[in-house]
Amino acid sequence: MTAEHGLKKLLIHQTPYFCYPQFRIMSIKKEEDIDNSLSGENIPEHATEHKGKWYKRLRKGITTSTADKKETPEGLWNKCPECNYICTTAELKEHLYVCPKCNYHHRIGSEDYYDILFDNQEYIVLFDNIRSKDFLGFTDLKPYQKRLDEIHAKTDLKDSMRVAVGKLNGQEMVIACMDFEFIGGSLGSVMGEKFSRAVDYCIEYHLPYMVISKSGGARMMESAFSLMQLAKTSGKLAQLSDAQLPFISLLTDPTFGGISASFGMLGDLNIAEPGALIGFAGPRVIKETIKKDLPPGFQRSEFLLDHGFLDFIVDRSKLKDRLAQLIVLFRN
Amino acid sequence: MPQYPNRQFLDFEQPIKELYEHIEENKKLAEKNAKVDYRGIIQQLEDSIVDKRKEITQHLTPWQRVQLSRHPDRPYTLKYIENMTTNFVELHGDRNVKDDKAMVGGFADLDGQTVMFIGQQKGINTKARQLRNFGMANPEGYRKALRLMRLAEKFNKPVVTLIDTPGAFPGLEAEERGQGEAIARNIYEMIRLKVPIIVVIIGEGASGGALGIGVGDKVLMMENTWYTVISPESCSSILWRSWDKKEVAAEQLRLTSLDMKSFGLVDEIVPEPLGGAHWDYVESANILKSYILKSIEEFKQYTPEQRMNMRIEKFGKMGFWDEVEETEEMQ
Ligand SMILES: [Zn+2]
Repeated sequence: MTAEHGLKKLLIHQTPYFCYPQFRIMSIKKEEDIDNSLSGENIPEHATEHKGKWYKRLRKGITTSTADKKETPEGLWNKCPECNYICTTAELKEHLYVCPKCNYHHRIGSEDYYDILFDNQEYIVLFDNIRSKDFLGFTDLKPYQKRLDEIHAKTDLKDSMRVAVGKLNGQEMVIACMDFEFIGGSLGSVMGEKFSRAVDYCIEYHLPYMVISKSGGARMMESAFSLMQLAKTSGKLAQLSDAQLPFISLLTDPTFGGISASFGMLGDLNIAEPGALIGFAGPRVIKETIKKDLPPGFQRSEFLLDHGFLDFIVDRSKLKDRLAQLIVLFRN
Repeated sequence: MPQYPNRQFLDFEQPIKELYEHIEENKKLAEKNAKVDYRGIIQQLEDSIVDKRKEITQHLTPWQRVQLSRHPDRPYTLKYIENMTTNFVELHGDRNVKDDKAMVGGFADLDGQTVMFIGQQKGINTKARQLRNFGMANPEGYRKALRLMRLAEKFNKPVVTLIDTPGAFPGLEAEERGQGEAIARNIYEMIRLKVPIIVVIIGEGASGGALGIGVGDKVLMMENTWYTVISPESCSSILWRSWDKKEVAAEQLRLTSLDMKSFGLVDEIVPEPLGGAHWDYVESANILKSYILKSIEEFKQYTPEQRMNMRIEKFGKMGFWDEVEETEEMQ
């Protein structure tokens, strides 16, 4: 595939299955303030410790004996925020980060989704050389550039979205996937540009497109530039539509603001993982506005399905097969 | 527009209020004392008011522009339509849920041509403000706007949208009925709409709620308005964790018409009367009208397909990033 597509600046990912870094799992407080995730202060504390270790474990993993794998470092136990079920990271990973007891879908990152979805965990990352910069000189409690530098130092992420192409049960597809760890998965210029190039790529190679959303909304540090990404990405979707290529929007926990007010809701199919919080305004803002408690299940995937905004809800374990099935249906 | 003493004054407009008070005092003295001629001093004070209006607009901070955009005496959408057009026929409803009073629209005659006007509407008094939901539309408002755009498209009439909103309404029913989807749909459909679309920020341009009627061939921004992804207050509360940093947030967000024009995110700035649009509704409307007419003429000459491609290109260019050489290690 690489050679055929003739792109030089590509990275081939072949991630062994056992190297899921534990820090990718974030436990969720029940009454989460989605908006605050956008402040860029949500890098998990333990992320720092694992930066680098990630690689070590990976390299070790490749050549390691089973004896090494058995050792269980501290902190590899996970408690389900929904039902309090305790299991090891290994067990959770085996279940694709879905609670074996209550089906709670833990938040995972792009790396994890790509490994779950692409055949043999083989995929090519596209447009990975585009980086955010502080064009406006935006400073809140910290300069934006410093925020970016810190996240680059603490995590392996380059921005809040990655794009990759690979095969699902043999069906080729471009998948853009957000990383919530990176300033709340916020929509900024880089996400808009990667999205645009992903659409161009789909048109050029005649491929279906999926975006996995997980975001608090627009990136405030890019001010009006972030807002305009809503129009920019919608324009590209118009082109994708004219090329008669399917666009699938997968909404995962959480998806808010600018994402739901643009491509997140513009899929030929809008689908979601179970129990994901999805909405335009964050629950805190709504609560403060209407001065009432929100009903149980409000803004969850099941609520959106009931109100007619989703085509279906799909378990993470069935996601790959369902997508492959759909691509075939679209194609034949 | 309201005349003194019914005018309202912002904190930085207080010197003007004082001048009006001086005029009143002198008028009273003139009534009592017929022998002295007060006309000279009254004229002087009136001239000072004009000078002060000029002076104030020359040194506005970003936050003060935000304040001006929300001035209680500022003209709203229907006021502009009233002063720019004749034969306005307001059209109601989204044909689905209800008629959203925060979003108004209808056909009107703009210098001999039929134009579809659409915009958020704020209320001029407490009761009207509630009726208009402070200019915060629900999904049915955006869907009504889209219905009217489609109507304009069918009869090949240009669309003019007037934006003045503190945001789309963050309510329970709004979420149930798909606030995000409604805005997303509008943005997408406006890219493709076959007739010219001229967008004007006439007051507050807050985030998705503004962009939901904000995609067009030409985006104009009135001088004393703001347009960005979040209000300075909300930005302050989220990024500074305090409601007290709204002035700083307003500066950091670069949300004024001058900034937006310099970034190429809006096309032109529409000047306002000295001191702001609230000083003269007719003059404000006349200036705006000339800009709208010029813009419609400019985009009439293209085919629908050309316009669509130009919109995609226009918004596609917006953004900033670096492209680094591919040096990273294999993961
Ligand atoms: Zn559980």
